[in-house]
Amino acid sequence: MTATTAEAATRVRKSFRPSWVDLFLWAIRIGAIVIIAWGLIGSILNFAAGRGLSATQWRDLIVAALSQGAMYGLLALGYSMVYGVLGFINFAHGEVFMSGAMVGFIAANWLFDAGIWAANPILSLFIVLVVAMLTSTLVAILVERVAYRKLRGAPRLIPLITSIGVSFFLQYTFAALFGVAVRSYPQVPESFRGALNIGGFRIAWSSVLVIVVAILSMIGLWYFVTRTKSGQAMRAVAEDKEIAALMGIDVDRTIVTVFAVGGAMAGVAALMWAILFRGVNFFTGFLPGIKAFTSAVLGGIGNLVGAMGGGVLLGLFEGVGPLLILGGLGIPGVSQLKDVVAFTALVLVLVFRPSGIFGERLGSEDRV
Amino acid sequence: MTAATVDAAAPRTARFDVRRLLRYGGLAGLAMVFVAATGMLETFNNRLLIRPILSMGYLILLSAPFVMGYLVGKRTEIEGVETAPRTSADVVLAIVAGLIAGLITALFAALVDTFPGLRGTFPRMGPQMVSLLTFDRGVGIGFLILPAVAAVLGALGVAMHWLSDRLRKALGVGALTVVSTAIFESVVKDVFDWFSTLPRFLYHTAGGLSVVSAIVLFVVAAGASFFLQGRKVPGLGSLTSADTGERRRSSLIAAAVVLVLTIVLPQLLGGVLNELLTNVGLFLLMGLGLNIVVGYAGLLDLGYVAFFAVGAYTMALLTSPLSAVPFQLNWWQAFPIVLLMAALAGVFVGTPVIRMRGDYLAIVTLGFGEIVRYLFLSDWLSPFFGGAQGVRRIPGIPVGSNEIGGSDITQFVYFTLFFVAIAAYISWRLQDSRIGRAWAAMREDEDIAEAVGIDTVKAKLLAFVTGAVLASFAGALFAAKVGTVFAHSFEIIVSIIILVVVIVGGMGNIAGVAVGALVLIGVLGGPNQPGLLQEFGEYKLLVYGALLIFMMLQKPEGLLPSARRARELHQEEYLQDAWLDKEGRFVGQEQEA
Repeated sequence: MTATTAEAATRVRKSFRPSWVDLFLWAIRIGAIVIIAWGLIGSILNFAAGRGLSATQWRDLIVAALSQGAMYGLLALGYSMVYGVLGFINFAHGEVFMSGAMVGFIAANWLFDAGIWAANPILSLFIVLVVAMLTSTLVAILVERVAYRKLRGAPRLIPLITSIGVSFFLQYTFAALFGVAVRSYPQVPESFRGALNIGGFRIAWSSVLVIVVAILSMIGLWYFVTRTKSGQAMRAVAEDKEIAALMGIDVDRTIVTVFAVGGAMAGVAALMWAILFRGVNFFTGFLPGIKAFTSAVLGGIGNLVGAMGGGVLLGLFEGVGPLLILGGLGIPGVSQLKDVVAFTALVLVLVFRPSGIFGERLGSEDRV
Repeated sequence: MTAATVDAAAPRTARFDVRRLLRYGGLAGLAMVFVAATGMLETFNNRLLIRPILSMGYLILLSAPFVMGYLVGKRTEIEGVETAPRTSADVVLAIVAGLIAGLITALFAALVDTFPGLRGTFPRMGPQMVSLLTFDRGVGIGFLILPAVAAVLGALGVAMHWLSDRLRKALGVGALTVVSTAIFESVVKDVFDWFSTLPRFLYHTAGGLSVVSAIVLFVVAAGASFFLQGRKVPGLGSLTSADTGERRRSSLIAAAVVLVLTIVLPQLLGGVLNELLTNVGLFLLMGLGLNIVVGYAGLLDLGYVAFFAVGAYTMALLTSPLSAVPFQLNWWQAFPIVLLMAALAGVFVGTPVIRMRGDYLAIVTLGFGEIVRYLFLSDWLSPFFGGAQGVRRIPGIPVGSNEIGGSDITQFVYFTLFFVAIAAYISWRLQDSRIGRAWAAMREDEDIAEAVGIDTVKAKLLAFVTGAVLASFAGALFAAKVGTVFAHSFEIIVSIIILVVVIVGGMGNIAGVAVGALVLIGVLGGPNQPGLLQEFGEYKLLVYGALLIFMMLQKPEGLLPSARRARELHQEEYLQDAWLDKEGRFVGQEQEA
């Protein structure tokens, strides 16, 4: 934050005489809380009266939301790492994810045509995963090399604007290459279509798969960041680039690593998207990207565990929120408003809790 | 910079450098493959610049090896020290790199030719593309033409550096004149309707310049540039000159020319071009508004389209007989209410973000923009806003007994330009006013601005409100022009395109924004509106994205920068240059690599 001291000073002054800006913000806060509470009560009353969704439906909704949240979490890691190290929002990360999903689609389609998809589903999914991860990693590294490297040390908004340019460039390049039509991944193999029974809970296999993959990736990432030399270098660079360079760390290479790891996680998220939604086109990355950024802020930007937590929270909020809150208020056409809820969450988080729930971990330059 | 580093580097670059060769050749090849694979070559091939020899598609494709050659020979001067002198090795390198680029592209064409199944996934990679890449000469010998052409163009590109500066500039002016005359074909035809000999001489009947006229144009323009260069045209100074008196004089002249053009031009142009001019005007209005928010106050607003939407919807609701509002006003009565609503929206969006850091502010405004659009679109609010159908039957602007709407486009242009003039006047007056200086101070350093007694809360809100009001001008005009307002017109891409207009033109500079709007919206087109190059349609946004990246990397201050802004953006570079070696790397990094 640019104005810690000045802000602290203002806060002291404002605590005696709240300005109208504070009053406005408090009005929004209270309004939001009232609306949420009202919606919740409405939903509970509906539920008690046996209207609306049944308990099983709610549970399925929550599981679906959790798996979607896990996907947001993996994407959020990319935003969080780049922000932690370079201090700017890599707006194009959603497109890195999209490129993985699109190229993964080619692989899946090929596997399907060759009959491998049906014969050996686990292997097929693994191949798609590898292809998606490689593509996303490659795109992320290329973008860093071409667009961002020259901008180190530029004012914060310049790389942000550049990344918006990158985002649209990638989107419409893919639109031109692949056409704008939505392409569908082949059906998930037969054996995954059923549901798993855990202690009386029936959970769809695909959700289980997504959540397991997310957990495995998180463990891998945690190991990489905390236990390997490259991970250590990453943390050092995030803390202070200049001093890290003085300690003999190759800052350029470390930053490439950051983009590569973020890209790889986006590739994993691309596979999850394929399992959960199947349809991909050039615009696939845009909304998930913005939602993942929200998750990253929600979990405290720069904080990797927080990013995952933020993703799951946002997934829950987005998946359950419209029905629970807006449905409780009696608003029609709730599913249409899914993205409104997500964007409202974005605005509320950034306005009221920009440091996130779990706290930010930023480098020294960004903290000042 | 020490003498030792200069000497050490000199022999290295003078030698024939294989890495450099592969880099340049590979990049140019990739660029050519990109143009072909995205279908640009095929689509733009329908637009002939010089009939029958040069189409837009080939121009784009073949500019890659030429630019590559030019870059091979380019020498940068840092801190007064020039890099190694050009040698014949550069020429060889450019030719071979061109050859490599052509070979890569030919290889790509061969690949597409052998695997017709690719077309299932990549709809653009078909026989049409292959035949264009082989110049219709069949698959065998055709593959050799492209490498040869690319090598020649690479050589031409590098040869540019052996010409005198004066001649090179003249050739550039000549080429630019030919290409822009070809692009502005419909404008020239409309304007010279009363003197049709000129367009008939210039253009082929089927469109595009004729070969003869292209040569004549080139010679005339290049010759004029060659002989006039360095000579001062009396009374005409530079717009970017450091001398304030001169700058003032030249901007007055420019303003007079623009004024005369705005009065005369709509009369001469036909309906299609007046429509285009109206679109340019609407985007210019929004650009001027965003310029205040981003250029003056330094607040990156990515949801600017929301204010445009508020303006358009308010106007629609108040004037349409089909809206949910029980009473019905005419355009002029509704206008003050539109402004008021936009100002309120500005306060509503501006207040929560006041204490936010710049990049978060950008994302929150983006969020606001999308929320507004989704709400206008939703079934929930459709009783008011009409959902996906939108609000229909919006009347035009009543003047006397007439109503001027989208069908009376010639009169409508004047309205748009009138509001553009108002917006430009407001921007110009605000620039150096008390609040304008407060914005500049706040943009450069918020803490210090606050410390010297600037009320940053008020300054930021004022920026948002002014920007919102200018966007609502555009919204109100837009509603009257199209007659139907629906949420599809207010997608986020509109905000981004306005941002590109402001950035390409030059942040903080009114003339820059005007140039940006004319060039981008006029030639490439807006999000849903075609420009002069209608063929750009599907590639418009790709080009806008690329432009944004290019501008940020090469020229963040824009084509016509405001003097102050350029200084801010380049200050750091001047300081940094002291630490760079000749290839732009940090001096200390060489040992590590």
